[in-house]
Amino acid sequence: MEITVQEFKHCDLISVKGRVDSATAPQLAQALETANESGKYKLVMDMTGLEYMSSAGFRALLAAQRNCKKYNRGEVVLSNVPDRIREALELAGFTELFKTFDDNLSAVGHF
Amino acid sequence: MQSVQFSAKFEYLDEIREFVGDIARTSGFGDKDIYNIQLAADEAASNIIEHAYEGVKDGMLEISCGMRDGSIMIVMVDHGESFDPSAIPMPDLKADLSERKIGGLGIFLMRKLMDEVHYEVRKAGNVLTMTKRKR
Repeated sequence: MEITVQEFKHCDLISVKGRVDSATAPQLAQALETANESGKYKLVMDMTGLEYMSSAGFRALLAAQRNCKKYNRGEVVLSNVPDRIREALELAGFTELFKTFDDNLSAVGHF
Repeated sequence: MQSVQFSAKFEYLDEIREFVGDIARTSGFGDKDIYNIQLAADEAASNIIEHAYEGVKDGMLEISCGMRDGSIMIVMVDHGESFDPSAIPMPDLKADLSERKIGGLGIFLMRKLMDEVHYEVRKAGNVLTMTKRKR
């Protein structure tokens, strides 16, 4: 798994590539926490190049969404969600908790 | 059925997904089913590593996989604490963000992705069996 962060004026774009499972999810959780700790609560999670995500990754996303939405200070939105991962997120009832966008331009433009 | 012994550590989840994924592919499952079989196996193994072997450093997980009567069958045997997945409450998928429970999601996915999930405590160990029919 590989994470890169790009800062925009109104939000941060966090790109995650590769596979997120119980072994790698702590790194994803850490990246999201680091963003929050530096006062960034408006986050776009770019899933281009994400091959796999288990419920361990879903939990990291849920924890981040809770923290970001606190005091209405922001939210996590998803972009470029691959089909297989979107289906699993839907099954878990997570698609109602995250706005999703087809591309990074519209996701970043949301903020 | 092919069997492999894995050290019960998260770092082997990649290999576990590859093991069941290769058998599913060879058996003629499509990409979507292969992904879902790998996800179910990952969730099952993650639960065993996290709960059955909580605090245990040298736990082993034996995974057997193969086709039986037109279904792929995955059997996981561990020697850790027994825990019955059916005793874990289903997550409330309609709960809003603040009330959404974090636990139980892996087991929920296993049950949704596979046709059958069965758990049994035997002398030889805890035995989790999952099957999914090839359509």
